[in-house]
Amino acid sequence: MKGPVFFWLFAALSILPALFVLLTRDIVRMAFWLLASFAGFAGLYGLLGADFLAFTQVIVYIGGILVLFLFGVMLTYREPILVKRIPVRHLVVPGILAGVVATLGILRVVAARGSPAPPGPGPEETARTIGEILMSDYLLPFEVASVVLLVALVGATYIARRRGGT
Amino acid sequence: MGEIGLGHYIGVSAVAFGIGVALIVMRRNAIAVLMGLELVLNAAALNFAAFGRFGGETPERIIEGQVAAIFIIVLAAAEAAVALAIVLNLFHQMASVEVDEADQLKG
Repeated sequence: MKGPVFFWLFAALSILPALFVLLTRDIVRMAFWLLASFAGFAGLYGLLGADFLAFTQVIVYIGGILVLFLFGVMLTYREPILVKRIPVRHLVVPGILAGVVATLGILRVVAARGSPAPPGPGPEETARTIGEILMSDYLLPFEVASVVLLVALVGATYIARRRGGT
Repeated sequence: MGEIGLGHYIGVSAVAFGIGVALIVMRRNAIAVLMGLELVLNAAALNFAAFGRFGGETPERIIEGQVAAIFIIVLAAAEAAVALAIVLNLFHQMASVEVDEADQLKG
């Protein structure tokens, strides 16, 4: 049922579209490759037994943040919409950085032969346990997060308002 | 590979993190930089969830990794909204979203 093939499938769905985000020049295509990558992450959350987290990822990241990005692309539309070609010398340092991190990541996967197995099955209904934890142990971060969302809402609306005279 | 362990999830998270950082550093469009940032945050949240799943002795410990990931998602959403508002403001000011052209505070 939860064979390793699903992990590799979702891992590839997370990583390969992210690579295409890096390689493509059209920003709208970048947004949709990012959508595929987010979906891959949601699948990985599902494999970890985090069903509520997987749905939250889909709803908030794909349905919220990605839509926000697409609106941003639409409102900052400018001919030409293609991202400018990057001179090769700009690619050296970030290429080395990203290459080192990616290589370490791949080595980590390869070396993960004797990695710890999960201790036991997680709770069946993660949503219930998450709700209970958010209302008891993590009440303060929960309330702070709601204040952060309110501040972000008001602040973003204020920052991006249409100026009348200017 | 037989069993999928913690190392596999850490590896995926690290590769995604590297790609996100490369996006942030290499892209000139401000929204593309934000996309890279979201990828980085996603990788971190996956890390939290994986460590919670594999390192949790009790079901509460397992869930706490997921709660951390949920908080990361919430904060990423708030940050994306504010960052996009700033990008829109920048676009209104200089009619471009190239990060290289926003150099009025330089020098």
